[in-house]
Amino acid sequence: MLLNEFLFLGAFLFCTGVYGALARKNAVLVLMSIELILNAVNINLVAFGAFRNNIAGQVFALFVIAVAAAEVGVGLAIVLIIYRNRRSVDITGVDLMRG
Amino acid sequence: MNWILNNLWIVPAVPFVSFWLVLFVGRRLPGKGSELGVGALGACWVLAVWAVVAWVRRPVAGTGADKLRHFIEHNYTWFSNGQVKITLGFHADGLAVCMLFVVSTISLLVHVYSLEYMRGDIRFTYFYAALSLFTCGMFVLVTAASTVQGLFGWELMGVCSFMLIGHWWEDQANSNAALKAFFTTRTGDVGLLVGISLLFFAAHQTFNWEAINQAALAGRVDHTLLFWGAVALMVAVIGKSAQFPLHTWLPDAMAGPTPVSALIHAATMVVAGVYLVARTYGVFWVAFSIGPHTHAHHGVNLLAVVGGVTIIIAALLAFVQDDIKKVLAYSTISQLGYMVMALASGAWVGGVFHLFTHAFFKACLFLGAGSVSHSGAHHSFDMKKEMGGLRKHMPITFATFVIASAALAGIFPLAGFWSKDEILLSAGRNGYVWFTVVGIIGAMLTAAYMTRCVYLTFLGEYRGHGHPHESNKLITVPLIILAVLSVSAGWLNAFGLHYFADWTRNEVFVAAKVQDYPFSLPLAGSALGLALVAAAVAGYFYVREEFKLRGFTERSALARAGRDFLVNKYYLDDLYTDGVVGSIKGPLAQGAYWFNQNVLDAVVNGVALTTRRVANFVYDDIDQLIIDGAVNGVGAGAGEGGVALRTLQNGRVQFYAAILFAAAALLGLGLVLFV
Repeated sequence: MLLNEFLFLGAFLFCTGVYGALARKNAVLVLMSIELILNAVNINLVAFGAFRNNIAGQVFALFVIAVAAAEVGVGLAIVLIIYRNRRSVDITGVDLMRG
Repeated sequence: MNWILNNLWIVPAVPFVSFWLVLFVGRRLPGKGSELGVGALGACWVLAVWAVVAWVRRPVAGTGADKLRHFIEHNYTWFSNGQVKITLGFHADGLAVCMLFVVSTISLLVHVYSLEYMRGDIRFTYFYAALSLFTCGMFVLVTAASTVQGLFGWELMGVCSFMLIGHWWEDQANSNAALKAFFTTRTGDVGLLVGISLLFFAAHQTFNWEAINQAALAGRVDHTLLFWGAVALMVAVIGKSAQFPLHTWLPDAMAGPTPVSALIHAATMVVAGVYLVARTYGVFWVAFSIGPHTHAHHGVNLLAVVGGVTIIIAALLAFVQDDIKKVLAYSTISQLGYMVMALASGAWVGGVFHLFTHAFFKACLFLGAGSVSHSGAHHSFDMKKEMGGLRKHMPITFATFVIASAALAGIFPLAGFWSKDEILLSAGRNGYVWFTVVGIIGAMLTAAYMTRCVYLTFLGEYRGHGHPHESNKLITVPLIILAVLSVSAGWLNAFGLHYFADWTRNEVFVAAKVQDYPFSLPLAGSALGLALVAAAVAGYFYVREEFKLRGFTERSALARAGRDFLVNKYYLDDLYTDGVVGSIKGPLAQGAYWFNQNVLDAVVNGVALTTRRVANFVYDDIDQLIIDGAVNGVGAGAGEGGVALRTLQNGRVQFYAAILFAAAALLGLGLVLFV
């Protein structure tokens, strides 16, 4: 398999994730999209690691996974609080910080 | 012995001190301040006599025609401005000492006289204070060494004259008379200031009288400047010494108390102008070319014309007065004309000598008139209505009045004879022949009007309403003293004696080579004869009642017109009041006011209006529009910018995230492309 095929996959997933993070109204779906971005980056890292015969790629991908997990935990906690206060997870309604 | 001549400042100082003392403590004294006044003047008289004696005993220098006694002068610098020094100085010479004697004698006698005359007067204390101050002013003028100091004395006398004429100011007429006197002499004072300034510059920046005279006589002064300086001083003399045309104030000044008239308007202040000419003689001698015109028999100059005209017109006016003081006032004007004319025709000794003798007999006449009014005519001065036949009731007054009138008319051997003849002789010998004629005519007129005056007052039947009686000793003793002086004062220069001439000769006299002529019997005799004839004619007119000229003015329109012309004082008063003052008050003042309101104010208002318009323009267009616009624009811009930028901060997380990603993408692109 060629390297750029993996990179295309990663890029495609990244773009999808960015689209989702920016365009979805549901907060949970935004978090899912952010996971998608992180996973796309993981694919990139592992692909480069495999093709360069460097284990650093996979190591870094493990780091990313750990951080993603922590971040999802915090994110979901925030979404939970939003739901409790507003009875909805529509992220476009959370604009109290507008100036 | 010479102490007084070296310290002449003490003579003005004594009455000055007494002025303040009388003013502040006079009221509380038993004599209401009069004792201070009399005492001070007594002291001044003693000092003056001492000065005369000291002067006479001074060593004579020079020989023959150059004989003189050198003057003594002390100057103290008052302040200096650059190179100009204003000094206070005292100049003692024969003229000054002579004037001191005259002024102090007459002032002392007037002070004594006023004890009785002004008894019970409402402002008795202030009267004595003003008399003291006046005497001080005259002393300052007479002993001054510089023109500025003389000016100070001159002005001081003008103020005191105003105060004293208007002594009874409750009556508006008196107040008006005082104002008239002050303003008329003030008109002359402009001339004095101009003259002093011109002479200051002409004589190379000095105010000292001797220096100015010497510079003029030595020819070191530009003639034009000298001439105009002399003309300016002449204006001052015309004002102060009541020459034509500024003589109109003197008759009106008779509204003041009689002692004032005797002191100020007969013997002292009015002769200040004559003194000025005598003191500044070097200037006048050169400016008017007064010197003897031995080749041309018709010497004439401006000052002589003024004097000569004054003699005649004043003498004519004395004929139509009913008020005895007015007769004496016009007589004074006429005699002042004599003095001025004398000085102007080179008769320096004659003019000063006449000043000396005139003071005594004129003061005697005025005080006599006061005595008549006080005790005989019920405090009135109207000869026709309140007097007549007082010879029987007031013998002493009558005797002294007649003696003084005879002296005035120039009857031998009284004082006026010698002084008047000195004038006539010197004028004639110096080439001023016409003025000798004028002088003789004046003498005839004087004899005639004085005869009329004496007749109306003392002879005939009593026409008044009071109980005439002789006056108090305080009045009659001064009269007697003055009568004695009227007889004897002339003897200083009489019968071949030259005491007066010798004592008053000064450096100017010698340097200018003023001529002094010995007595001439033909001239004196003929003048005397003509005067006696005139007196006889006048007497005849009054005594012999069937004289055919009686009622002449009723029958002849021309004579009546002439009489009216005289009674209206040649319409000069109307000319001055309506013509000069009226035209200034009316059209000139209106014109000036119009100019002020419409031209000057228009300019000022225009400036203000323009400033306002410019200010409005700056405010409206520049400040409000441009500057505020800029400032507001910046603010608005900031605001709009903020509003625009605020849309970026909508609180939506996804929006922020989108911007983040876009920026990161751009950054990455940049990194890839350019690094």
